Amino acid sequence: MTLPLLTLVTFAPLAGLVLLLFIDGKKIDAIRAIGLLFSFIPFLLSLAILFAHDAADPGFQLTEHVGWIQFGSIQIDYHMAVDGISVPMIVLTGLLGFIAGIASWSITDRAKEYWIFYLLLQVGMFGTFTSLDLFLFYIFWELVLVPMYFLIGIWGGPRREYAALKFFLYTLAGSVFMLLGFLALYVQLGTFQFPELAEQAGTLSPRFQALIFGALFLGFAIKVPVWPFHTWLPDAHVEAPTPISVILAGVLLKMGTYGFFRFSLPLAPAAAQDRTIMFALAVLGVVGIVYGAFVAFAQTDFKKLVAYSSVSHMGFVLLGLGGLSIAGVSGAYFQTFSHGILSGAMFLLVGVLYDRAHTRDMGAFGGLLAKVPVYGGILIFFSLGSLGLPLLSGFIAEFFVLLGSWKAFPWLVVIAGIGVVMTAAYMLTMLRKILLGPMDEKWNGLTEISAREKWTLIPLAAVTIALGVYPRLLMDVTDPSLSAMLQRTGVEVTLPSLADHAEIIATYESHQPTGMPTAHAAPETGEHH
Amino acid sequence: MLILFGRRIGRASGLVAVAASTAAGVIALPLAWRVLDTPEAATLTWSFEWLRWGDQTMRMGVLVDPPAALLLFVVTVTGTLIQVYSTGYMAGHPRYSRFFAYVSLFMAGMLGLVVADNLLLLFVSWEIMGLCSYFLIGFFFEKPSAAAAGLKAFITTRIGDVGLMLGMILLWWTAGTLRFEELAAFMAGHPVATGALTAAALLIFVGTIGKSAQFPLHVWLPDAMEGPTPVSALIHAATMVAAGVYLVARTFMLFQALPVACSAVAWVGGITALMAACIAPAQTDIKRVLAYSTISQLGYMVMALGVGAYAAGLFHLMTHAFFKALLFLGAGAVIHGFHHVQDMRQMGGLRRKMPVTFATMAIATLAIAGVPPLAGFWSKDEILLSAYHASRPLWVLGTVTAGLTAFYMFRLLLMTFFGEQRDKHIHAHESPAVMTIPLVILAVFAALAGLPGSPWMGMWLQRALHVPWLHPHEVEPSRFVMGLSVLVAGAGIGAAALMYGPRPVISPARLAERFAPVHRASLNKFYFDELYLAAVVNPAKRLAAALWRTDQRLVDGAVNGAGLSAWLSAKAQGLFDKWVVDGLVNLAGAIVHAASAVTRRAQTGLVENYMLMAATGVLALAYFTWWNTG
Repeated sequence: MTLPLLTLVTFAPLAGLVLLLFIDGKKIDAIRAIGLLFSFIPFLLSLAILFAHDAADPGFQLTEHVGWIQFGSIQIDYHMAVDGISVPMIVLTGLLGFIAGIASWSITDRAKEYWIFYLLLQVGMFGTFTSLDLFLFYIFWELVLVPMYFLIGIWGGPRREYAALKFFLYTLAGSVFMLLGFLALYVQLGTFQFPELAEQAGTLSPRFQALIFGALFLGFAIKVPVWPFHTWLPDAHVEAPTPISVILAGVLLKMGTYGFFRFSLPLAPAAAQDRTIMFALAVLGVVGIVYGAFVAFAQTDFKKLVAYSSVSHMGFVLLGLGGLSIAGVSGAYFQTFSHGILSGAMFLLVGVLYDRAHTRDMGAFGGLLAKVPVYGGILIFFSLGSLGLPLLSGFIAEFFVLLGSWKAFPWLVVIAGIGVVMTAAYMLTMLRKILLGPMDEKWNGLTEISAREKWTLIPLAAVTIALGVYPRLLMDVTDPSLSAMLQRTGVEVTLPSLADHAEIIATYESHQPTGMPTAHAAPETGEHH
Repeated sequence: MLILFGRRIGRASGLVAVAASTAAGVIALPLAWRVLDTPEAATLTWSFEWLRWGDQTMRMGVLVDPPAALLLFVVTVTGTLIQVYSTGYMAGHPRYSRFFAYVSLFMAGMLGLVVADNLLLLFVSWEIMGLCSYFLIGFFFEKPSAAAAGLKAFITTRIGDVGLMLGMILLWWTAGTLRFEELAAFMAGHPVATGALTAAALLIFVGTIGKSAQFPLHVWLPDAMEGPTPVSALIHAATMVAAGVYLVARTFMLFQALPVACSAVAWVGGITALMAACIAPAQTDIKRVLAYSTISQLGYMVMALGVGAYAAGLFHLMTHAFFKALLFLGAGAVIHGFHHVQDMRQMGGLRRKMPVTFATMAIATLAIAGVPPLAGFWSKDEILLSAYHASRPLWVLGTVTAGLTAFYMFRLLLMTFFGEQRDKHIHAHESPAVMTIPLVILAVFAALAGLPGSPWMGMWLQRALHVPWLHPHEVEPSRFVMGLSVLVAGAGIGAAALMYGPRPVISPARLAERFAPVHRASLNKFYFDELYLAAVVNPAKRLAAALWRTDQRLVDGAVNGAGLSAWLSAKAQGLFDKWVVDGLVNLAGAIVHAASAVTRRAQTGLVENYMLMAATGVLALAYFTWWNTG
């Protein structure tokens, strides 16, 4: 290893921030150019990490580990490394950071401060996904809150101060519990290093592990947000400016689910072995799916509808996790990534319409497809992605979550099916209200989506299609690490394969001398006619 | 191969679409022929590893076995002809190229479905078709009714899709695979019908109920007639709605081993067939008659599979695709030439002004009515024969349906083309050649497509359709069954001729008086027909006017009611969310705020909250540690 890629990606935005400090606040073009450039550099670096990462190896790679703070017996290290669970999140952060950066171009009010906060936000996000020292992780985790508070509170909508405060307090309250969990682990095991903790956590008493799980759960669940901790989300989303909504939905929520994958199960394997806890997790997930879908259906505000759809979609992550099968957990992770792309795109689309119409009331629109066909087409595309249309990424995620959780909770999966139907109902109703039917005269002046806006959406559409058609692009990266993580819990649910029925098939084939196609589950490549 | 079929989206003219479809046909037809004609069912397969986790893999690929080959033939032929026709029908529409983009995407989806070698890929194509159907029903999206119909179709079928998805999942957990070949091997070695397998089969069948518009999810199909007529022909008659039937055929290795699932399939099909056939005679919109006819015929196919007549079901699927596509295109030509009026009561006497349309429609009508030796006769007879041997009540249902079918189809034909034109303000004209030539070609198929499955050709098709895992299904030919079905068809035609012929021997109005005491049922139908005259606009009211009026209302009401109650409860949940859940959060915030007001004397700024939290945390931690160690 030559370059400290993880440090570079985390602190590249900081370099831009420092540069911005020396720029005159009135030179908006220079500020925006620097801001965007230093959003682009980490994106490139995140891709470099993706290629430097060896997906076949489930362990941690690109490690950077030096001592940092030491007083008394307390040892805090600067420890960064990645595996298949963190690499996709880093790429997602890089991609959305850059795209939301493009979308930030239109912000001219106090641009210098805006970009400073925006770059600081990126430092926090990258750091969260790269740190393996729990204390360092906590610092980055909280670092995200501060710029986010100001970005919503200064550049947000009419109720921005309320929303910003609510967001800040609520998530802070959660993360304090998370910190408690970390500290308790430190007290017991004497280290903040995640790899060591993961090895030793299984030796702790099950009751203690359950408490750790609960403490971490509060921290992560509020961030995700898991029902019933979700009410900050609609407010924050509605008030935040468009690029910040994108980051909020696309990356910040994923910090919560990342926490589940990275810390909750490995640090409390006993909780994973406790069926009640996993059942509770899945129930919360399903309630979120159905409840979120129904509430979304009742919305008249376009942006709120998208916000509640996030609540619904993130429910799939919990359901998949609770099932503890590799298919379900892979599906849950897939949902995390896919929702980041899709909801980011949806918020961009809300922003495009709002910038022109200055209203988000869906009842005020209608028939816009004839007036703005390109915008309409893109909106239809991402709505279909959200409702889980096959060949787009959302379907893969939902299908594998439902598949993987069936063994553990068949009835919960059936109930989640209601949510799937409702999702179609609210998404299509939204499309009908905005795009179909007769058009009101007052929208005659509506302009088509601009080139800049279009190019923020096209890359996201490409990712959605690529993952939906060929999910191995993501699954091959995540699978080794997720499999290893699940195996360590010792309660992995394995999917059946045809090989389990080998004796049945053998019976059959012995009666079938004339070339019935052989049925084997063993991998076999190439083609045969 | 799939890519060859599929690549054609974007701004393109109808010609490109037709060319692509023809190319698909050129590739598919020799292939289909090879697979069908080889006695020892040759099967083409190709697959690649699509997904892998741990040591498990999932493969995706194509499987062209005899049933798939048959469908390839049907889909490419009807699809290409309908697209040729569409270049004439849609000429001059501002979204002309988009229309063809959707249709081409649909073709890709349908062909993908046909050749998919596993249920998941089939499901993917299934949904792509559903999407295209949604787009095309709502193609005239400025019309609120079209937009509403598209929404209704998508969501109704989505219910079926979720059933199918759950069925796939259960099947995977039971059998360990979704690939058809492996399922066949699994089922062949599997001695007993377990509850899980039956449940999986029934869930898969829920998908069929949605897509093939079977009772009780059939309500979307009549509304789907809001789409352009070629779309009704292609998607809502010949191909997509038949995909549900094909799904059962593809997973027939399950059904044939599960008697409970099989009888459920048979009864749903039988009830659907009769129900729709009882509604159709009352319809006055030419496309709606055909829509109910489609539902009824799909019920026939489903019933066929349910009684074990695998080959007969697919055979009927093929013949139906040809004559129903022809009927819809003919209806489209009538509508096109009759200034977009769809009401048969305004038509009449059009045979002189539209001779080609008339001739081809007549052939199709004879075919669907089951007049020998046209296509419909052979396939319908096969189904009735199997039903006769499997279950007498189902056979009665089927035979009554056959009579009704002959009746309402001839009613359509007579009302449209015979007698005098009733609305004389409309100047009717024949359609251009680009529309009539596909009609003629389809008419040839509608006339002859039954022959490969007839005893004259030694039941060639039935033998060609055989797949190795299929249980033998031999039924003894019965002159009684065949004779009776011909007789019933003849009676239906006769009744139609007497009532709707050029010189009605029995005026429909007088029939009500004369036969009132004896033929209560037929009188009722006429009575409902009169009700239909009064209620034209609201499709729910039209549905309610048939013999199954109450039932219709219940079923459609359940769908709409579910939507309404969902809305209400969503509203209620929204309020709950706003006042109770959110309220609690705000309450907690208020408490913290109040607490901070106390500490505000000592501290200022936001940091105070942080500190308060941290202090609480430290206390809790102390408690934690104490509790754990002590």
